[in-house]
Amino acid sequence: MSPGILGKKIGMTQVFRPDGQVVPVTVLKAGPCVVVQRKTPTTDGYDAVQLGLVEHVKPQRINKPRTGHIKKANVEGVKYLREFTLGPGDDDLKPGDRVLVDQFQPKQKVDVIGISKGRGFAGLVKRHHFHGGPATHGSMFHRAPGSIGASSFPSRVFPGMRMAGRMGGGRVTVRNLEIVEVDAEDNLLVVKGAVPGPNGSYVVVRRSRK
Amino acid sequence: MSNALLAKVANKFKRAEVPPIQPGDTVRVQVKIREGDKERLQAFEGTIIADNNSGVGRTITVRKISFGHGVERIFPVHAPVVDKIEIVRTGKVRRAKLYYLRNLRGKAARLKERQ
Repeated sequence: MSPGILGKKIGMTQVFRPDGQVVPVTVLKAGPCVVVQRKTPTTDGYDAVQLGLVEHVKPQRINKPRTGHIKKANVEGVKYLREFTLGPGDDDLKPGDRVLVDQFQPKQKVDVIGISKGRGFAGLVKRHHFHGGPATHGSMFHRAPGSIGASSFPSRVFPGMRMAGRMGGGRVTVRNLEIVEVDAEDNLLVVKGAVPGPNGSYVVVRRSRK
Repeated sequence: MSNALLAKVANKFKRAEVPPIQPGDTVRVQVKIREGDKERLQAFEGTIIADNNSGVGRTITVRKISFGHGVERIFPVHAPVVDKIEIVRTGKVRRAKLYYLRNLRGKAARLKERQ
């Protein structure tokens, strides 16, 4: 068993359970992946496996250091590489081994890691869920931050004060998503719920640690 | 839903055949009802006043007058609890959403048959 797989977010839809319940799902194109490097305690100081997502990549789009790196493992074009630490119960994967979606079964739980959608410079209402002020009735306080602290004491703003700023565009992990379906034919992994990032973005799918 | 892979996942959950229903049509929707461990069908017959969304998430709003009260139910067309949708009568309308029927009753709320 591989500790995880790499994929791309396709989009969201919904499916029905046999009892008629509607389940919101995200469809991921997961794999095929290939083991590019095996890191061992003796050579690297820790136990991990580096996977690459096999996809159509023009050779000139991969820089020379990486071309040499993937050539060492004798694998095809891979652009997206990520490491997984190996735990007990994981196979000893060798460079060149393939990791496919059929390693996953419905009902299993996975964590999905992606880069969330960037929201740019966001205000307090969007970024920290402030309530904002009244919109009408002569109110002149709409989405402003209000007071950010007292005056002469402490004469400064406390660190960590929630303010406007860059939002999103960071690594986000969603844990314990249930696998609803696995389609080995098209390498599809259907998980319950939402996954970070826009459609078409890369995601890491990791087996949940119980 | 433009993506082919997305459609592939969703299409498995669609019913094989959906009759060519349109707003204005009178339909009989057979709904599966569970009573204890027995299952029976219950019919809801009325006029489609709205057809929303496409793909697996498609829903229809069916309106009927029940004992003098207007009753509306929204059915997910592809839900397994919906056993069957039968067209009872077609209706000729010039709108996609027939919410104006809510303000009409009796003779005024009739619709002409579509040819």
